[in-house]
Amino acid sequence: MGWFLRRIAQSIVMLWVVISLVFLSIHFVPGDPVELLLAQDGATPDPAMVEVVRGQLGLDRPLHEQYVKKLGDLLRFDLGKSIVDESSVGKEVARRLPRTLELIAAAGLLSLLIGLPAGVLAALRPASLFSRMANLASGTAQSIPVFVIGTLFVITFAQLLGWLPAGGFVAFERDPAKHLLLLIMPATTIAVGLSAIVFRITRASMLDVLPLDFIRTARAKGVPRRRVILQHALRNALMPVITVFALQLGGLLAGTVLVETVFNWPGLSGMLVSGVNARDYPVVTGVIVVVAAFYIGLNLLVDILYGLTDPRVRK
Amino acid sequence: MTMTQSSAAPLLQVSDLAVSFRKDGQWRNVVRDMNFSVTAGETLAIVGESGSGKSVTSMAVMQLLPRVSTRITGKVLFQDRDLLALGEPEMEAVRGNRISMIFQEPMTSLNPVMTIGAQIAEAIRVHRPVSKAEARALALEMMDRVHIPAARSRYDDFPHQFSGGMRQRVMIAAALACKPDLLIADEPTTALDVTIQAQVLDLIKELQADTGMGVIFITHDMGVVAEVADRTLVMYNGDVIESGTTAQIFATPQKTYTRALLSAVPKLGTMGGTPHPLPYPVFDMQTGTMTELPLRGDTLQSDAKPLLEVTGLSKRFEVKSKILKRVVARVHAVEQVGLMLRRGETLSIVGESGCGKSTTGRLLTGLYPSDSGRILLDGRELGKIPANERARDIQMIFQDPYASLNPRLRVGEAITEPLRIHKLVPRKDEAEIAERLLERVGLQAQMADRYPHEFSGGQRQRICVARALVMKPKVIVADEAVSALDVTMKTQVINLMMDLQQEMGLGFVFISHDMAVVERISHKVAVMYLGEVVEMGPRAAIFSNPTHPYTRRLLSAVPVPDPARRGQRSAPPILELRSPLRTSDYRHPVRRYLEVSQGHFVQEPGPEWT
Amino acid sequence: MRKIFSAPSGILLLTMVLGALLAPVLPLQDPLAMDMSGRFAGPSANHWLGQDDYGRDLLSRLVYALRGAILISGSSAVLAAVIGISIGVIAGYVRGFSEMLSLRIMDVILCFPPLLLAMLAATLYGAGPQTLVPVLALVFVPSFTRVAHASVMTVRAMDYVDAVKLMGAPSRRIIFRTILPNVSGPLFVQFSFVVAMSVVLESGLSYLGLGVLPPEPSLGMMIGAARATFLTEPWLLLAPCILLSVLILVLNAFCDHLRHLLDPRRSAGS
Repeated sequence: MGWFLRRIAQSIVMLWVVISLVFLSIHFVPGDPVELLLAQDGATPDPAMVEVVRGQLGLDRPLHEQYVKKLGDLLRFDLGKSIVDESSVGKEVARRLPRTLELIAAAGLLSLLIGLPAGVLAALRPASLFSRMANLASGTAQSIPVFVIGTLFVITFAQLLGWLPAGGFVAFERDPAKHLLLLIMPATTIAVGLSAIVFRITRASMLDVLPLDFIRTARAKGVPRRRVILQHALRNALMPVITVFALQLGGLLAGTVLVETVFNWPGLSGMLVSGVNARDYPVVTGVIVVVAAFYIGLNLLVDILYGLTDPRVRK
Repeated sequence: MTMTQSSAAPLLQVSDLAVSFRKDGQWRNVVRDMNFSVTAGETLAIVGESGSGKSVTSMAVMQLLPRVSTRITGKVLFQDRDLLALGEPEMEAVRGNRISMIFQEPMTSLNPVMTIGAQIAEAIRVHRPVSKAEARALALEMMDRVHIPAARSRYDDFPHQFSGGMRQRVMIAAALACKPDLLIADEPTTALDVTIQAQVLDLIKELQADTGMGVIFITHDMGVVAEVADRTLVMYNGDVIESGTTAQIFATPQKTYTRALLSAVPKLGTMGGTPHPLPYPVFDMQTGTMTELPLRGDTLQSDAKPLLEVTGLSKRFEVKSKILKRVVARVHAVEQVGLMLRRGETLSIVGESGCGKSTTGRLLTGLYPSDSGRILLDGRELGKIPANERARDIQMIFQDPYASLNPRLRVGEAITEPLRIHKLVPRKDEAEIAERLLERVGLQAQMADRYPHEFSGGQRQRICVARALVMKPKVIVADEAVSALDVTMKTQVINLMMDLQQEMGLGFVFISHDMAVVERISHKVAVMYLGEVVEMGPRAAIFSNPTHPYTRRLLSAVPVPDPARRGQRSAPPILELRSPLRTSDYRHPVRRYLEVSQGHFVQEPGPEWT
Repeated sequence: MRKIFSAPSGILLLTMVLGALLAPVLPLQDPLAMDMSGRFAGPSANHWLGQDDYGRDLLSRLVYALRGAILISGSSAVLAAVIGISIGVIAGYVRGFSEMLSLRIMDVILCFPPLLLAMLAATLYGAGPQTLVPVLALVFVPSFTRVAHASVMTVRAMDYVDAVKLMGAPSRRIIFRTILPNVSGPLFVQFSFVVAMSVVLESGLSYLGLGVLPPEPSLGMMIGAARATFLTEPWLLLAPCILLSVLILVLNAFCDHLRHLLDPRRSAGS
């Protein structure tokens, strides 16, 4: 139990450090950050405008006051307002985040369904044709950048074959069938690379576990092969898979940006990309804080899961 | 034990067994012409050094070798069925049910993420149609039978919460849960401390007497063979070279190798009359002749001033709380140790794992800073000697020959590295020095250009000796330096060390858990227990008149390689686990030492020994 | 060394790197020169792979884009390696507070998904290689630190390190002559892995318009730009797609090859 609480405390401290760093990041910029943000194509921005934005960002107050206010705002889930159109960043994130999460969940599920069994099978017969083909396929899949895969998918399945819509989004409540149809390509695009990773880690981890002494013990006890593989080998082999998978999912919170752009999926990315292009600082930092919080939460979850599967961790 | 059982029908009859492995497309024969049988209630020992094929044989009987890359021929008749003809599902019904097996490494042989109770119950559930609750009850019964204390409360514990000896008991409980007819024990005690080994051997014997099962005992340790086996099979390089009753093998060994093996077996108590250390006899494997080395003069220069003088040496490792980093406990790894070593003397520090003997060695060489106490090295305080001068006074040889040589350095460079660090000789002379030293330790000069991975364990240990010698040190600390070596290698390296002592007047601090080797090479012995020296004195005094209860316990647990005396030794009772971990406010009691005879000191045993 | 580059992946990688580095002296067209009359022109004697939507030479743009990818990824990987390995080795060797602090800092950096960190930097400092290289380096420092730290921890527990200490060797010598050579294997593997990762990141950012700035050629940007005209000019899209994928594939294969060469299980048994 102590282990559990300590791990939660660590995560909270980490989140606080991350938030503080993001808050401070604007002050790392040489010169006046506001002027820099508003500088378009090297032209000096209007001084009146600079003052307005400075007020909006609260940069006219002393640093510690800004900091305390920022932390207070965040505790109330207030992520600030966009410089460009003064819309609430928090509201926009709340609207878009579920869509991104849905995409990630679908892709994650798909990659586990493909990667895990394939990895186990390949480890059991490392010299088989299947194993070698799967290795080659995963190596290739991992090497093609996700936006290339997405682009090729659009071209093949939408433009050439016309089987699926090229992209877009319809709310589930409005048209569930259309919603799922639109989900297929972006989710599969992400799953290509992700399942390749799951496959590789599962295979490697199983290959590490299978020659261990306790597997031999289980076999010497007369435990049936199936049970040796699932109960003894896979349970031990799963831990690295969980870790890598969770890290990948966390990375995807940002990694979906590319896929969402390719398929016009209105998740966090649209907000982020336009925010970066317009140098809309509150929008970008808002999204980053949310993503980092999710990332930290996910890591916490993995560690807890780890502790539940492996008793040696809980010390 | 009587030999009448051999007339009964054998339980297991192995005939013409041969095993080949496929590697890189080539079939390599690793076991040839194995013929043996085991009857109920009998114990057969298969003896040999690493690579002799003894483990492969047992794995072949159990059909645990990978089927694609292994070819097994011959017959393995078990209860009138040829096991080699059985498919995997039929074999699964035999394994753990009629034939069980336990292995060497208790630390890695249990599934780390399953409770130990579940692992025992699993062995029952796969073979018997019992409910979960019944399996649990049976598993608990087995835990009681293998004497796991407080079985009920430990059922749901995980393997990492158990000590090595207790894990081996769990292994045995799981193996015997279905009351098999045959138990194959593959080096089951090799990784255990000697007192724990004695307990586990007794447990196997006790359970065998209860159930009448046959036992195949695979080991490299002739002492254990004499202790447990009715009949013995000696393997060398994949062949059975000799077999017979254990008494015959020990009394009249026919083959050179068997004799070499037996002569190398350290026999405790054989040194009684010899005044000083004695090299092992030298064996010529080609001709089969054994030459006892002539008794030499003693190397000890007792009138010279001490090389190493240690008083009140202590080392504690702090255990800190996770968040606030407060000291919550301390491991009293070394506590108030005093030692003395003279020129040409060998001082052995003995004890079981965790007793602090290795830490003491590291303190003596300065690898660890001590917390308190004084180490005088040739009259100078260790901490005040500059590193380059200290390197010329004291060197060390480590246990694991595979970890003690830098894999990226050619052995010649490794040997002369100290000279290079301190720029002691011109570069061009280094090669010659390395070659000379290689020849001195029994290797060839042209080996200097090779990398460590091209050498065997014994050869590497010789290289380490050469490296330790290059600075011409006065003291060498050998931390379990021969423990990882096969018996024949072990005797050669020990003889080498004794030769060098003769020649250079070296002082050795020999750290070991192997009492029999210690008896052979020591002038003086210090026995450590929980960080303290409990008894110290001349070798003869310690071995003929052990006085501290712990020393007696330790000596009585050592297997005696004499089948005639089988069963006379009884294992010390299971002690509650003791560890040198103490609370942060623990004050160490002031110990008193009694001088039993001249130079033989015994710590007054504390209340825990009464 | 010969073993390292004799594999097919090694040969291909060497070819690509040499081609990219030698691009300025190769007989190539100017990758930036526009030729409005030659828009979407097919292969010709002057333009072997044809011309793009501004009539620029495709072959030359591909080679220069490859050059950009390799230079940016390579230099950020070198930067990350130097910083990360120094921190990791020192932390692993010195231990204590500095170790704790540096590992915690790495944990914090790892809380930011790489792409996000790059986007934050682009917001604050503007896009372009001068932002890209330091950001990519920062993103990959922790991976080097962790690998270096873990390897040092493994190696320093080996008896041969104690043996060198007993020879009276100074710390500097122990780190550079005993520990570093023995941890170099995993670090080389990590390096080739990081180069591949940063090629992926750089191309992704450029695809979004946040990496290399036009008119400089970049594979990611070329892919993004050619999407619109795919149905009429598929080659403009496929060529950079293939080149980018092959580059990453070769880097990954090379990484696997290194890992295989350095696998302790291969050498320990013999």
